[in-house]
Amino acid sequence: MLDLDPILLARAQFAANITFHILFPTITISLGWVLLFFKLRYNATQHPKWIEAYKFWVKVFALSFALGVVSGVTMSFQFGTNWPGFMETVGNIAGPLLAYEVLTAFFMEATFLAIMLFGMNRVSNRVHTMATLLVAVGTTLSAFWILVLNSWMQTPAGFEMIDGKAHAVDWLAIIFNPSFPYRLVHMLLASGLTVAFLIAGVSAYRWLRGDRTESVGAAMKTGVYMGAVLIPLQILAGDLHGLNTLKHQPAKVAAMEGVWETARGVPVLLFAIPDEKNRTNHAEVGIPKLASLILTHELDGEIKGLNEFVGKHPPVAPVFWAFRIMVGVGVLMLLVSWIGAWQIKRHHAPAPWLARVLIAMSFSGWVATVAGWYVTEIGRQPYLVYGVMKTAEAASRVPAGMIATTFFMYLAVYVALTVAYVSVVFYLARRAGETAPQVTPPSIKPLSQGAANG
Amino acid sequence: MDSAQWLPVVFLGLMGLAMLAYVVLDGYDLGVGIMLESATDEDKDTMVSSIGPFWDANETWLVLGIGVLLVAFPMAHGAILTALYLPVAVMLFGLILRGVAFDFRAKVNAHRKPLWNRLFCVGSILASFAQGLMLGLYITGLQYTAATLSFGVLTGLCLCAGYVLLGSTWILMKAEGRLQQQAVGWARRSLWVTALGIVAISAATPMVSERIFDKWFSLPNFFLLLPIPIATAVLFFAIDRALRRLPTRLAQGNEYGVWVPFACAVGIFLLAFYGLAYSLFPYLVVNRIDIWQAASSPESLMIILIGAAFVLPAIIGYTVFAYRVFWGKAQELTYY
Repeated sequence: MLDLDPILLARAQFAANITFHILFPTITISLGWVLLFFKLRYNATQHPKWIEAYKFWVKVFALSFALGVVSGVTMSFQFGTNWPGFMETVGNIAGPLLAYEVLTAFFMEATFLAIMLFGMNRVSNRVHTMATLLVAVGTTLSAFWILVLNSWMQTPAGFEMIDGKAHAVDWLAIIFNPSFPYRLVHMLLASGLTVAFLIAGVSAYRWLRGDRTESVGAAMKTGVYMGAVLIPLQILAGDLHGLNTLKHQPAKVAAMEGVWETARGVPVLLFAIPDEKNRTNHAEVGIPKLASLILTHELDGEIKGLNEFVGKHPPVAPVFWAFRIMVGVGVLMLLVSWIGAWQIKRHHAPAPWLARVLIAMSFSGWVATVAGWYVTEIGRQPYLVYGVMKTAEAASRVPAGMIATTFFMYLAVYVALTVAYVSVVFYLARRAGETAPQVTPPSIKPLSQGAANG
Repeated sequence: MDSAQWLPVVFLGLMGLAMLAYVVLDGYDLGVGIMLESATDEDKDTMVSSIGPFWDANETWLVLGIGVLLVAFPMAHGAILTALYLPVAVMLFGLILRGVAFDFRAKVNAHRKPLWNRLFCVGSILASFAQGLMLGLYITGLQYTAATLSFGVLTGLCLCAGYVLLGSTWILMKAEGRLQQQAVGWARRSLWVTALGIVAISAATPMVSERIFDKWFSLPNFFLLLPIPIATAVLFFAIDRALRRLPTRLAQGNEYGVWVPFACAVGIFLLAFYGLAYSLFPYLVVNRIDIWQAASSPESLMIILIGAAFVLPAIIGYTVFAYRVFWGKAQELTYY
């Protein structure tokens, strides 16, 4: 135990927790809006398929939300236990942003979620729709504040350092720091795509098992169309985000592209094995000049290489690979959602092979989102706050043995819970198929009663 | 007055309020969870239904309390939480189990439900005990000796009892029939262990520090403060009396005064909290770090205070609304 590096352990533990945590907000941020969409469609059409879709997906929402809450509570403690130096140095900036997240988002989400889940026959239909809206607003507000903080750590602005501590000078500059708009849009679209493919995949699963109720069809169509519309927007947003990163964090982009020497007409590497020791790549396969074209919009544009940032650039291989995984999943999403949308438009259903692909891609959004976060977070290293403080300076004084013990405890819990979550989502899908009513379900009665009362 | 002087006091108040809200509100959730395995399968569903709509917002008060500690007193947050690293990890482990069990127990295959019920109970016990252990270690100055650890174990057990008192008196209001009668028994058994905990903490705090001793036992403070222990004792006897009368009354279908034990239990927690806060002020870590040493810069605290002044009333408003929506006896929790 003695030779374990406490910084490495603290990072691994925090990374494990934040990786586990982000899976669930990624679902709830957009699923809240999709639920509102189902609810509004039901209000407008009174067609039972919409309320059935609502009632199925609200269960997934509740489960995802609970997992997000418990891992989020854990994080509020780990900020202090794992990175005491973080709050001591930049607490004046990070503190208010976190406080605003708790005050404006957490309580609202938690309180109205209860009404959304259990209140349908206790409040009027209008209040219930309003609760659904407020939960969606809450999850999005929460994303807003935490992305402000994250973006500020990437592109800090609006502050001055006095005696080694950051002090706020201009809150608007802090909130709307240079990378924030790009990161917010990129993350919201990532959440939208994750939910689109989750809904499409789980609906395809029910569809293939013979559950051909109208609500399954409606949900599948919603998921596939949502994916088909959002993925081109995401590719555009990702491109703009990349250009923004090139401007503010060129070392990160150099690692993403695997460029060692500053050069013109740089190729896009489809495959390579970065070798940090010899500062070169092996087994490169690339498309000439494309990286220059994408990043500078000129065939002969210059891209700064990693060798310009010796000692100040991130570990190359993880950033390089995570970036390729993210983009790879994105391309796959484009193909599958467009073929799916075309098939549903033509034949009102996907072909069985495509349904299987959709099932396999149910959680593909998780892969892309986590890979994307690894690109941006590992890509920020060795800094914790870019250019202001290094990660090592914030590390904990807790003995390595203690961190190691709790690390393995957390890891075991997270793996078990992730497995349980995925299996429960598919179990809910099977159970919904078994109990699927053949005619108009009686269970919508309380709602119309509620509407009458309200 | 200089904002660097009064802002930390305001934030200490805010943090105290959040922590108190957490202890009382999630206290009844955890208490219900601790007793979960002692009820029949059918009653387990009622117990979980009685806290299902509330627990999530209740736990958010902990995030706010820890959040205020983190953002307003970053130095103390680091010092306290690194010193309590392992108990914090145990508490988080417990809260994770309890929190996810709410959903999993209702959604998994029926034969897995007993497992999630057990995890619900185990999670509640671990979280409650760890919180009590942290309280004991915190009061005794965050040191790990045989004496402080055994004191911590005692406060851990007593806090579990205190939460069971809150939880079972909550069930008293929310349940009917057999479960209600059972809850009377749980409350009676937890009552005197809770009292032991309060006596132990009241005896230990003045011994830890001469300053705290003087605050309580110098004249005229002693007489001015005397109402606190007296009121606490009165509340204990009021609960005892109510719990003795309730079984016969409930058997006759008479719900009169069914809320009294819960209200008195909340009163006990308020008084105990007030006494503790009085002892510790203005220190965040006993006799080592005070609130002014640990505070963030005034301009950052001000920006939070402005936000809190607008948002907290709204939070309290919709929390009251939610309690009104779910007022009355617990019903089966369905998603429609």
